[in-house]
Amino acid sequence: MRIEIEIERSCPEEGKAPYRERFRVEVPRHVTVLDTIIKVKNELDGSLTFRRSCRSAICGSCAMRINGRSGLACDTLVESELHRFGRLLVQPMAHMPVVRDLAVDMGPFWDRVRAVQPWVSRPAGEEPEWPVERETLMDQDAVEEMDDTSRCIMCMACFSACEVSEVDDRFLGPAALAKAYRFVADPRDAEHGERLKVLNGTGGYWDCTRCNQCVEACPKDVKPMEAIVDLRREAIGSGLTDTIGSRHITEFLKIVRREGRLNEGRMPINMKKANPASLLGVAPLALRMLRRGKLPFPVHAPIPRVREVRRIIDRKGKGDEEAS
Amino acid sequence: MKYRYAYYTGCAAKGVCPELDQSTRAVAKALEIELIELTASSCCGAGVIGELEPDTQLAMNARNLALAEHLGLDMMTICGTCQGVLSRAHKELASPDTRNRVNAAIADAGGVYNGNAAPKHLLWVLIKDIGVTRLEQKVVRPLTGLKVGPFYGCYILRPSEYLSFDDPYNPKSLEQVIRALGAEPVDYSGRTKCCGFPIVLEQEANAMRMVGTNLIEAQDKGADCLVTPCPLCHMNLDIYQERAEAEMKRPIGLPILHLPQLVGLALGLAPTDLGLQRNMVDTGGLLADLARA
Repeated sequence: MRIEIEIERSCPEEGKAPYRERFRVEVPRHVTVLDTIIKVKNELDGSLTFRRSCRSAICGSCAMRINGRSGLACDTLVESELHRFGRLLVQPMAHMPVVRDLAVDMGPFWDRVRAVQPWVSRPAGEEPEWPVERETLMDQDAVEEMDDTSRCIMCMACFSACEVSEVDDRFLGPAALAKAYRFVADPRDAEHGERLKVLNGTGGYWDCTRCNQCVEACPKDVKPMEAIVDLRREAIGSGLTDTIGSRHITEFLKIVRREGRLNEGRMPINMKKANPASLLGVAPLALRMLRRGKLPFPVHAPIPRVREVRRIIDRKGKGDEEAS
Repeated sequence: MKYRYAYYTGCAAKGVCPELDQSTRAVAKALEIELIELTASSCCGAGVIGELEPDTQLAMNARNLALAEHLGLDMMTICGTCQGVLSRAHKELASPDTRNRVNAAIADAGGVYNGNAAPKHLLWVLIKDIGVTRLEQKVVRPLTGLKVGPFYGCYILRPSEYLSFDDPYNPKSLEQVIRALGAEPVDYSGRTKCCGFPIVLEQEANAMRMVGTNLIEAQDKGADCLVTPCPLCHMNLDIYQERAEAEMKRPIGLPILHLPQLVGLALGLAPTDLGLQRNMVDTGGLLADLARA
């Protein structure tokens, strides 16, 4: 089939602003986006610049934005793109400076991965002696717990898709935080508590907006956002409860336990009870909401049969239902 | 009445967005949809309870779905977030092992769920059950000339593993509804993006930048208003719009309509019956323009 591919090109080195160029090529029906780009380079424009290596969704080199979606070019069929979007537009990944055409400077990504110290820290005095003669074995359950995050091939599609990274360059982003969880979940690692503490602040797991873009974009089903949620749960479980994010979850659960529903009129009061004066900051908006009839009274009558909901929330041995 | 659903309002429509419940009921009446409210249903957990206690959230939703199943009806939701959480629960509970495990846990809390109540958002009901053609036939006041930016919100689209109604990167259902009402959909990249509501307490500036960026993009592409199937998006885009204006240092003033508010206008319902006077960003100008058209 003869298709048209539109490629966003640029050469910042020469001070050229990004522009889009259309190429028409003859390709077989089941061709991938990557093979199409390779064909363009081989036959139409040898200066077209992009990264690629394995062509089998293993190396993670060819991530780019294809019709707006961050993903691997070798893993994406041209025909299905044309069917879904009626066109084929290829752009470099977001949140990283472009080196040339589709090749980006991966520095900002690797800085984030390095920041989470992606290696196993052994307890002091238990570091294996070099040369290491024996593996450090783990049981299978532990391996399965970190299986999702171990599959990451560092293609950066999730980072490119991340919506918080779009507005805040302090955020570590999905891949780095998923990597952090992989080590928090690793029973051989001695720094769980320290890792959770470090990532409990700005740029860490509480800054994720849970938009699921990373889950959707990941070509390896790593589900980075789920790993970020796991980090939050581990943090609360280990006593790191003095954050807005943590308080929001526990107050949410308390309100739902009492009324069966979330009462948004109650949430600001519960969230700010440690510092009641700060409620004044939301007062002007609250007054305007009140005038529009949009401010729920802070105490509601519970829903009918609220006891059933309380029983679910209060039940003993949560998480061990299989035993019952 | 041809269409009957177990009506799951969710929390927002009972609290901060009463106009969503009001407009849903008005539109349902006009389209001859019978809604049987699940008065004993609880919060879906919104993914928030699930962050700390996934099993509690799943059990709460097994109970919610069981309430609909008991009526022998599918469940209709009006909140994109509820829909995302309930779709996931519905899919997880399709596995007999999971269902048996959860049913054992809720046996003394409302009985059992057998997996037979599909949760469907009002948007999906309009497209799949009512149908675009029938919806078009019911339009008495076409919204001709109105440019509407669709704002889907995250959880009605992603993760698509649990939703599978719209293409998460190129959804069409809101556009279909907008066209059926005689209005014109605005194409902008923010339509599938996040409103930032989940981090409005944690990182308000980031959330406001997300609101501001999406609103300004839609406005610059000609949108007269946005329509959203999610009241949490509505809260962030509407109630917090003044804060987004401050963050972006630019006036915006873009009215944000709940899905049934937009539908109701085209069905000829009175703006006050759709609760439009409650929206924080004034809808008066929009209504005046429509009246002139």
